Amino acid sequence: MKLLYFAWLRARVGCAEEEVALPPQVQDVAGLLDWLQSRGGRYAEALRDLSVVRVAVNQDYVGREHPLRESDEVAIFPPVTGG
Amino acid sequence: MIRVQREDFDVGLELERLTAGTYRIGGVASFIGLVRDMGGSHRISALTLEHYPGMTERKLAEIETEAHRRWPLDAILVIHRYGRLEPGDRIVLVATASPHREAALAACHFLIDWLKTDAPFWKSEETPAGERWVEARAEDDTARERWAPPP
Repeated sequence: MKLLYFAWLRARVGCAEEEVALPPQVQDVAGLLDWLQSRGGRYAEALRDLSVVRVAVNQDYVGREHPLRESDEVAIFPPVTGG
Repeated sequence: MIRVQREDFDVGLELERLTAGTYRIGGVASFIGLVRDMGGSHRISALTLEHYPGMTERKLAEIETEAHRRWPLDAILVIHRYGRLEPGDRIVLVATASPHREAALAACHFLIDWLKTDAPFWKSEETPAGERWVEARAEDDTARERWAPPP
């Protein structure tokens, strides 16, 4: 699965993009965030407060219950501040 | 029309192009967003805009479609810049053209409100105390909600 990070989440995680092999127990967005947090270090730090974390799957905003597939492009970022 | 670009734009030229070739348009409404420096404890020397290429264009196109669905518009133009900008620089242009002013004004307001909460852009400011990511404002969500969801 392709993961993308933006804004301060990119800065805290320390990379803009990575390929990960999804463990079988990860079924949805909530599971992915849990698993990333469990990697510890920069991930645990970046994802400490999930209330300020938004997720898009294949370039659409999704909720925590959205199911995931290995072929998805998942972007993780803070609330947007354009305009 | 949607454009996401690093370069500046010429407002006069863009508005002229928007109405070229037709006499149906009775009014054009526009909004221009600028990099501001409020001074005092909010001094900034620059703003860097990051975005999610692909999703940005897609979200802006969805918002454009929604505006067309809600109002009788002849044309919509949204130009949003990214990269490093300085106080006074233009960030965004939203322009709408319609036979009647009500539709043009309302649609322009709608587009900038929705763009703020839906388009994946992030701003980081260069301040005397260092770099700071701009936080989303609750007022922007409230402004978006003013426009009732599509029926």
